[in-house]
Amino acid sequence: MESIKDKVAIVGMGCTQFGERWDTSPEDLVIEAAYEAFADAGVESKDIHAAWVGTFLGVTGSGTVATPLKLDYKPVTRVENACGTGHEALRGACYGLLSKQYDLVLAIGFEKLKDAGFGGLGTALGVDKWHPTWGYGTSAPGRYALAATKYFSKYGLSRDEGKRVLAMISVKSHHNGARNPKAHLRREITIEQVLKAPMIAWPLGLFDCCGVTDGAAAAVMCRSEDAKSFRKDYVTIKGFGLAAGPGMGKVMQGYDFTWWDETEHACRQAYEQAGIKNPRKELDVVELHDCFSIAELIATESLSLCERGNYKKDIEAGTFNQEGEIPINLSGGLKSFGHPIGASGCRETYEIYKQIQGKAQDPSRQLKSCKLGLAHNQGGHPGKFVCAVTIVGEP
Amino acid sequence: MVGIVSYGAYIPIYRLKREELSRVWAESPQSGEKAVANFDEDSITLAVEAGVDCLKDTPRDQVEALYFATTNPPYKEKQSASIIAAALDLRGELFSADFATSIRGGTMALRTAMDAINAGSSKNALVVAADCRTAAPNSEFESVFGDGGAALLLGKDNVAVKILDSYNLTSEFMDFWRTQSDRFNRTWEDRFITEEGYQKILPEAVKKLMQRNKLTPKDIHRVVFYAPDGRRHQAMARILGFDPNTQVQDPLLGVVGNTGAASALMALVAALEDAKPGQKILLANYGDGADVFLLETTDLVEKIKDRRAIKKHLAAKMALPSYGKYIKFRALMEWEAERREPDRSALTVLWRERNQVWRAHGNKCKACGTIQFPIQRICGKCHAKDNYEEVRLSGEKGKLFTFSMDERAVVADLPNVMSIVDFDNGGRFYCILTDRDPAKIEINMPVELTFRNLHDGSGIHNYYWKARPVRC
Repeated sequence: MESIKDKVAIVGMGCTQFGERWDTSPEDLVIEAAYEAFADAGVESKDIHAAWVGTFLGVTGSGTVATPLKLDYKPVTRVENACGTGHEALRGACYGLLSKQYDLVLAIGFEKLKDAGFGGLGTALGVDKWHPTWGYGTSAPGRYALAATKYFSKYGLSRDEGKRVLAMISVKSHHNGARNPKAHLRREITIEQVLKAPMIAWPLGLFDCCGVTDGAAAAVMCRSEDAKSFRKDYVTIKGFGLAAGPGMGKVMQGYDFTWWDETEHACRQAYEQAGIKNPRKELDVVELHDCFSIAELIATESLSLCERGNYKKDIEAGTFNQEGEIPINLSGGLKSFGHPIGASGCRETYEIYKQIQGKAQDPSRQLKSCKLGLAHNQGGHPGKFVCAVTIVGEP
Repeated sequence: MVGIVSYGAYIPIYRLKREELSRVWAESPQSGEKAVANFDEDSITLAVEAGVDCLKDTPRDQVEALYFATTNPPYKEKQSASIIAAALDLRGELFSADFATSIRGGTMALRTAMDAINAGSSKNALVVAADCRTAAPNSEFESVFGDGGAALLLGKDNVAVKILDSYNLTSEFMDFWRTQSDRFNRTWEDRFITEEGYQKILPEAVKKLMQRNKLTPKDIHRVVFYAPDGRRHQAMARILGFDPNTQVQDPLLGVVGNTGAASALMALVAALEDAKPGQKILLANYGDGADVFLLETTDLVEKIKDRRAIKKHLAAKMALPSYGKYIKFRALMEWEAERREPDRSALTVLWRERNQVWRAHGNKCKACGTIQFPIQRICGKCHAKDNYEEVRLSGEKGKLFTFSMDERAVVADLPNVMSIVDFDNGGRFYCILTDRDPAKIEINMPVELTFRNLHDGSGIHNYYWKARPVRC
């Protein structure tokens, strides 16, 4: 197997304002993200040869992008892989380029969640919705909370200690998100606020959960040898990882809920392609899947950015802050951006792309040196995940 | 001779103190409490619990007939016994019938089961009676009605209680009823239904059976009879000529309530829990007539006392904290419209997965022995394909591996506790934890499965298994 490292370049990216976009349709989100990416790359929609669209809930598939952008009769492919959907759009676009079928492509992820009429995600979706029993009563926070309860128990954290460690994660994310103009939630919070917030699914309170948000993000991509004709400061794909777990975590004994096996497998693939031996030292920034505070904690350990069971010590030492050893979710994460499912993988990549270029919105957020970053999402629930990882960096 | 081989019973964990009803309705204080089914329980699930208790020592595939009695079947049209049979994991080659309109149903089923065995059409029969009647708010029935179930396994071998005789009366006398469209019971003037009905019909039937067997009250060790409430129970004891202090079985009206079609059989089970060998017991049931049975215990009655039955279920209880919780459990009010999409359910899926959903069958890999739920055609451990046997997980003891408590779920009782259960003999089960005190849930606590109505999506009662802290 050949590595994908440095074969494909991102030459333009766009990202919508994330938030409760009451006055904005899915098509508007697509136009907003795509046109920023076109402008950033210095291209027009007619220059695009093909597009890959990542969306989780949309049923009109490619039409939701082809129609508003008027990509007249171009090949447009809708992809879906749960919360890793945005990465699928990037991956599909890359493989399209590398097959040399197309020279300039668009990858775009979007999701319109705020037309649902209630403040959370639905529970079962699609065919699962018709199952008489499997999905009933379950929810995303309820499922992730299973991991938090077990993590506390395994590492001897009392309920209060465990809650406090999780609170530090949310405080960090809000601190970062407050300075990011594109974020949905832009308010600093305190540990006490987190601890006193209403309970959603014990032990996860309101501030342990990411927002529910509308948003889109897009990338214009070409093969690396063509990138210079678009811009000097392009970034390249260093590696992809994608791991669909067997999903036996709730089916048979053995899985212990304090580790994301799928993340471990996906990042191993990506690290190998990118030639990364020591991710904590070599990566400059990581945007990881923090739909819940506990998700960030366990993902940090499972990505080998922290020794297993050592998270409390590391976050107390400031390791994951902007000025720390390995900044995590410097954008504000899903915590501040919400998780418009199809958009998140592209949105995280956008943050890394901008950091590498030195163009982070709001100068206070800009890292002094950023050459290599990792974006991570996982869909499903503890015991049954699919995990997608994208590593991008300087050419 | 045909007789009772085993017994079992079930009383829901929640109790509502009658003083809470007095408080809510600003009426003179009442004493005692009543058993209230959890929001996920109904007559079918109560029956399954009683059946499980009764079949403790009986291989499930040996049961040949199932008779179910209730006045409140969850479906107006559609058999309940077929669902109970599936949840009990009984075999398909089974005769089953519902007795679903009379509070005398429990003994109608008992008599029918007896006759079937005597006639040789089945070797044994499981009789289950369970009721979950909802009374109109602030009605007399509200403080009286309770929920519960009882089960008797009848057979000719290993009889613990011989059925010596039975006498039956049918009467067109009308006292309590519901029409097709009535949710709550109707009745007539108290003195009429008591003096002209209950107090004439039941004594007549008892007298006939006693005369036929040349018995006087002193020959009977214990008398078990149905009564609509405590006051009428005391009066009936006097009318029948039994000593209320030494001979009359407590009908559980004070601590459980009137459990309708299950009432007489629950009281009988309570009597059998205390019975010694060689004692005569008289069982008399009432409603649209009367059924009276003369029973006699054998030595084997001592061997079946490890059931949860009445005593253990009575002791293992939780207080229902408020009337508000009660009306939520019994869906006695109209609620704010739900903004989330309603639950849906596909019968096709339920049919394909019936062994998993209703019978709690997982599979055990024949190659590596790993137990999995739901059934995996390809083993999650060794990848052997289609090489497994189905195993019933519903009777397994397990421990809580981890849990969460969802405060936002659309369920009648928050928090919705999700649990991962690891069975001591292998296998893992992901489900809701019910009958629990949220303040007392801990990792590694012993849990067991219980059959419940998960939700009513698509107009179907979607029964499934939940976990609960080991009850008793």
